[in-house]
Amino acid sequence: MFYRESGDFKTSYAADQQTFPIRFDRIVIALVLVFAFAVVPFFINDYWEKSILLPFLVWSLAALGLNILTGYCGQVSLGTGGFMAVGAYACYKLTTGFPDLNIIFVILLSGGITALVGIVFGLPSLRIKGFYLAVATLASQFFLVWLFNKVPWFYNYSASGQISMPERTLFGTAVTGSAATPWATYLFSLLFVVVFAFIARNLTRGRLGRSWMAIRDMDIAAEIIGVPPLQAKLSAFAVSSFYIGLSGALFFGVYLGAVEPTEAFGIDKSFLVLFMIIIGGLGSIFGSFVGAAFMTLLPVLFKNIMVGGFGWPTDMVQHFIFMLVGGLIMFFLIVEPHGLAQLWRVTKEKLRLWPFPH
Amino acid sequence: MSPMILNTIEVMLNGLMTGVMYSLVALGFVLIFKASGIFNYAQGVMALFAALTLVGFQSGQIPFSHLINVVFGTDYHNWGPGMNAFLAILLTMAVMVLLAWLVERLVLRHLVNQEPIILFMATIGLAFFMEGLGDMMWGANIKVLDIGLPSGGSFWWEDVTRVWATEGSDYYGMYIDVLDLWAAGIAIVLVVALTLFSQYTKTGRALRAVADDHQAALTVGISLRTIWIVVWSIAGFVALVAGIMWGSKSGIQFSLSLIALKALPVLILGGFTSIPGAIVGGLIIGVGEKLFEFTIGPLIGGATENWFAYVLALVFLMFRPQGLYGDKIIERV
Repeated sequence: MFYRESGDFKTSYAADQQTFPIRFDRIVIALVLVFAFAVVPFFINDYWEKSILLPFLVWSLAALGLNILTGYCGQVSLGTGGFMAVGAYACYKLTTGFPDLNIIFVILLSGGITALVGIVFGLPSLRIKGFYLAVATLASQFFLVWLFNKVPWFYNYSASGQISMPERTLFGTAVTGSAATPWATYLFSLLFVVVFAFIARNLTRGRLGRSWMAIRDMDIAAEIIGVPPLQAKLSAFAVSSFYIGLSGALFFGVYLGAVEPTEAFGIDKSFLVLFMIIIGGLGSIFGSFVGAAFMTLLPVLFKNIMVGGFGWPTDMVQHFIFMLVGGLIMFFLIVEPHGLAQLWRVTKEKLRLWPFPH
Repeated sequence: MSPMILNTIEVMLNGLMTGVMYSLVALGFVLIFKASGIFNYAQGVMALFAALTLVGFQSGQIPFSHLINVVFGTDYHNWGPGMNAFLAILLTMAVMVLLAWLVERLVLRHLVNQEPIILFMATIGLAFFMEGLGDMMWGANIKVLDIGLPSGGSFWWEDVTRVWATEGSDYYGMYIDVLDLWAAGIAIVLVVALTLFSQYTKTGRALRAVADDHQAALTVGISLRTIWIVVWSIAGFVALVAGIMWGSKSGIQFSLSLIALKALPVLILGGFTSIPGAIVGGLIIGVGEKLFEFTIGPLIGGATENWFAYVLALVFLMFRPQGLYGDKIIERV
């Protein structure tokens, strides 16, 4: 009753092929966007920015990227942390090398550079599959982080080996650096996330996305019906790395401001993003957001309840969260392998029929 | 011989010893992979968990004491002076069997017929869960494991090798840790025992039958569930051995579970389905990374051990995707 496709007639091809063909979806998304762009910036404070909204935005971009590769194209990657590091260091080198370059272009170019690196590390995927590939991507994770640790050029020969983002402005407002206000960093990241989520949505339902899904479902069969595996796999790696690079650049530039590669881009980050897309839903744009929200909010929530409410020591809560996350992964894989996105689909089905049971 | 050559030999020997340690972890992977087609990422955490439990029993710690103390406001830590190493190992083994049973009962049973990659991700979840559980039960502080194995450099070997050097050069002999030698010996015993077990016992045969063909094994009356519990228990045992060796060598800490990651390239080199492959792969990686660090490492900044194994595996995969001894991968539509 609330959610229905019927009665929503299209009279032109353009209307039929629009990104969100169902009116209910359009209304909900428009409301969410209005809320996110016009309401949240007025109420955002430092705590919400640093511990909830910015991590959510950055990680949902990374989850989007990995979901394109793993969820849509079926290539499991454990190199997300490494690619995020590429994005971050590209952002740093570009913005310190060309201080006058607009920050938007800096971040876009960082994504582009990461895409190139992603293609190089995606080459083995043409020969190897499944968890063999997962192991191969571990090479990128460890090698890239090592590289950024060992080659002084990447961190501009700074004594600490850290990189820190200088202040950059957009329309006269600081969006990076310590002077940036919460609403500015939030809106800046949100802009990227919204634009690229929209692009991802359209990529995945177009020719390219369909070729990825064909490769995922059965690569040999896809090859036989004329999907070129070279193009499909490498484009998936490129697009995925582009997103992950963007997220890495935002993670470093806007969210943290200063990073140290081993700490910030370790293997645990790769697993974190992988968990996001498993819990959120493999092969779903919406799922990437839900997964990212879930994995960023869950620790915050439990920390607040257990440390604040019960007075447990922090390290124990940390262990508890580990157990919980591990348990949830297994639970989701057993009960709902399609993740939270599938739960939403089921809910939509229920809404469609309500108040009747069938 | 000149000291330079002797140094290289020393590096290679130490690499071999490290390789043996990698092989110990990799063995557990291969066992589970052969019998159930599951790539068990949690193997490294199982080693960590086993080592933690062993130390906990040995020192007489109360499990979950931290949690109990926080919730009930008590102050319990130990229930007694602890027990001797042998008894503690037996008890830890019992815990690992219980764990195998639980994993089969609660996780694997529900994931039959899923794609391998789903199972792989489930074991990643298992790894996280067990890591949290282990820390919750026994505390996250770095522990010292000592079950009475000797350690330290071997003086005998130092004396033997000192005379190899050319006269007049100030060469002090090679350094080899006695503990590593023990590990190598134990690994050999373990491999022989596992081979005998799988060749000559009834359970072993059933195990190989399951590895060959699940359905055929079911039709001749082999219980898949029992076999899975057996396999996970054996893997738990191997994890315990690996945990003891690594724990005695470098203390029990979180980084122990990262060794599981190092075991992955070992497996790729050796092939997922081959026990000898796991050993050879471990040795190649061990020697390779030590030699690379010794020869090329200084030129490019060192600490190459972090990634060398993975890159080697990556290059290797390009030419031989099934590994050295693995079964050839044949794909059909």
